[in-house]
Amino acid sequence: MTVSYALLGLLELADRHGYDLKQSYDRRFGAARPLRFGQVYRTLAQLERDGLIEIVGVEPGAGPERKRYSITAEGVTDLERWLSEPEDPQPHLQTVLFTKVVLALQSGRNAEQFLDTQRERHLAVMRELTAARRTASLQDSLLLDYQLFHIEADLRWIDHAAGRLDALVDKIQEIRL
Amino acid sequence: MSALLTALGVCKNFGLTPALRGVDLSVDAGEVLAVMGPSGSGKSTLLHCLAGILLPDAGEVTFDGERVDRMPDRQRSRLRRTAFGFVFQFGQLVPELPALENIALPLLLAGQRRRVAETAAEQWLARLGLDGLGHRVPGELSGGQAQRVAVARALVAGPRLVFADEPTGSLDSVAADQVMDMFVDTAKSEGVGIVVVTHEARVAAYADRTVTVRDGRVVQPAVVS
Repeated sequence: MTVSYALLGLLELADRHGYDLKQSYDRRFGAARPLRFGQVYRTLAQLERDGLIEIVGVEPGAGPERKRYSITAEGVTDLERWLSEPEDPQPHLQTVLFTKVVLALQSGRNAEQFLDTQRERHLAVMRELTAARRTASLQDSLLLDYQLFHIEADLRWIDHAAGRLDALVDKIQEIRL
Repeated sequence: MSALLTALGVCKNFGLTPALRGVDLSVDAGEVLAVMGPSGSGKSTLLHCLAGILLPDAGEVTFDGERVDRMPDRQRSRLRRTAFGFVFQFGQLVPELPALENIALPLLLAGQRRRVAETAAEQWLARLGLDGLGHRVPGELSGGQAQRVAVARALVAGPRLVFADEPTGSLDSVAADQVMDMFVDTAKSEGVGIVVVTHEARVAAYADRTVTVRDGRVVQPAVVS
C-alpha cells in the first residue's frame, strides 16, 4: 500500500522507468528495506491496471524493453486523497515484552531482572541510533528520530511496569487459569 | 586510564530515610555518563554527593586522586568553582544580566579581567549558534537558548567535570537535542567528563554509558552473553 503511493509520489515529480523508480525509492525511503525489482514491476502493473499511471513510451534497452511511466490525472487525485487522510495509529505493541513479564510474574520468576536486562538492551540500541543520528542527513535523522521515539515508548512502559511489579504480582497470581 | 571521578560505597541518609545505599561508579575524562532512575530514586542526591555539594554519610568520593568527602568546606567550594561546572533544569541564570555577562560570570568571579572574560563568553556564544543574542537578558531568550547560555556558563572556565541535573527537563525535543549535542561535542573535543542526571531515555542515549539508580542503589543488570 505505502509502496504504491510512494511510487505514485515519485512519478508525480517526473516520468520514469521502473529501474529509475527503484533507485529513487531506495534513496529516499528504502534505507532499511530496499525494493526488489519484482515488487516494483508488480506494483507498476497494478497501478497501470487501476488507471493511476500509464505507459508513455517504450525504449529498447540492453535487456528487455524499458517502459516509461507517467502518473495520470486520476493518479494525482488518488495520491492527494491518500496524503490528506489521517492514518489510524498503530499500537506497535512489542507483545513479547508484555508476555514475558506476565509469564515471569505468574510463575514467581524475577520479572524485575528481565525488565532491567531489557532496559539495558533498549538503551544500547538507542545509543547506537543516537550516534548514527549525529552524523546523518536531515532526512535520515528524521527516520532515526521516529525509531528513537518508538523505542523510548517501549522504555517508558518498561519503567512503568517495573514500578508496579509488587502490585501486579498479586493480581496476576490471583487469576485462576 | 584512571577515572577522573570515582564513588565507592556512597551512602546518604536524610533523617531516618536512606537516599543512597552504597553506590559505586566512575567517570573518565571525555566521558558522558547518564544517571537514570525514577523520581525519588536518589539520582539527584547522588549527583550532589559526587559534586561535593552534599557530604556522604559513608563511602568515598575521589576526584583526580583527592578525597572530596574529606576536604574542608573551603577547599570543596574552590573545587566546585574551578574544576566543576553545573547545569540545572531551571533558573540558574541571573535574570538582570545579559546573556554575555551571565556566561562571563564564572571568569569574573575567578578574577579575570572583564575584557578577557567577555571575549571568552563571545566565543562560546558563537559556538552555540547564539551570535547576536549576547545583549539579551534571560527573559528575552527562548527556553532552549537560555539553557544553551547556562551550558556555556558551565563550560566557560574550562572545568574538568560538568554535572547536569535534568538539563533538558524544561525543553522541547529539538532544543534538548541541541543541548545534548553540545555536551557530547565538548566532552569529546576538550576531554571534559560529564555526568547527566535525566529521566529521559532519549537524552541518556547521548551518553557513552548509562547507570540506573533505584531505591538508592545502582541497578546491576544480569550479564547476558
